[in-house]
Amino acid sequence: MLNPDIVGRTFTGVNTFTVTQESIIEFCAAIGEQDFTIAPPTYTIKISLAESQVFLKESGLNWDRVVHGDQKFEIYQPIVGGDLLLCSSTVESARVVAGNEIVTVRADLHRGSEHVASSWATLVARA
Amino acid sequence: MSTFVTGAEIAPKSFIINREVLIAYANVSGDQNPIHQDEAFAQSVGLENVIAHGMLTMALVGRYVSEIAGSSAVKEFSARFVKPVVVPANTDVELLVGAKVLSIENNSAKFEITASCKGVKVLSMAKAVIAIK
Repeated sequence: MLNPDIVGRTFTGVNTFTVTQESIIEFCAAIGEQDFTIAPPTYTIKISLAESQVFLKESGLNWDRVVHGDQKFEIYQPIVGGDLLLCSSTVESARVVAGNEIVTVRADLHRGSEHVASSWATLVARA
Repeated sequence: MSTFVTGAEIAPKSFIINREVLIAYANVSGDQNPIHQDEAFAQSVGLENVIAHGMLTMALVGRYVSEIAGSSAVKEFSARFVKPVVVPANTDVELLVGAKVLSIENNSAKFEITASCKGVKVLSMAKAVIAIK
């Protein structure tokens, strides 16, 4: 079971994530996108989910049972190759419905002092 | 870029998902969950077959949204994953994506997005907001 004390806590990534041009090209190639000049809208999911996985597992969420419920992105500035991003994640809510644990995490991405994007992931650990 | 009119429908587009695409997406996203690659494993956890990553479906819909946006910025993009996209071996599964202009305000256009496979909606409440120059 997820420790309910996690709600409201913010976890700031230890490492800065480097957005390489190669990683944008690889991501685009996998989804068939031909415009490599900016990161596609969902590119940052790999940063935010990797971060969330660490603290949600540590807080008791059964990651093996997790499916994605909802996902939202707000993009304030284009993300391009060479960007150094820091991800801080806040657990906005956690509840149990019919034995399923439902947790929503907001991930804020900053490039230096600039807030470039936020995303919200609702994850469901199935009963 | 084109001028958007509230209520206008955007031409639909289809995207192909097959096992090769799942492997490619697993490799770039880091999501190597075997439910997206291993049929026996997927069935062992109660799935009909291997299913696509929800975020792969969303990434393909994102391509569609980026195409609508052209050189304008995609400001928001959201969806709820309501049905899995089942991907049998040696099969091209067609993801059909469409959109309608919901509203135009504050220098942006808001779209309602639909995404389905074989007539079954796989995303619900999918929306995108694109900046209008």
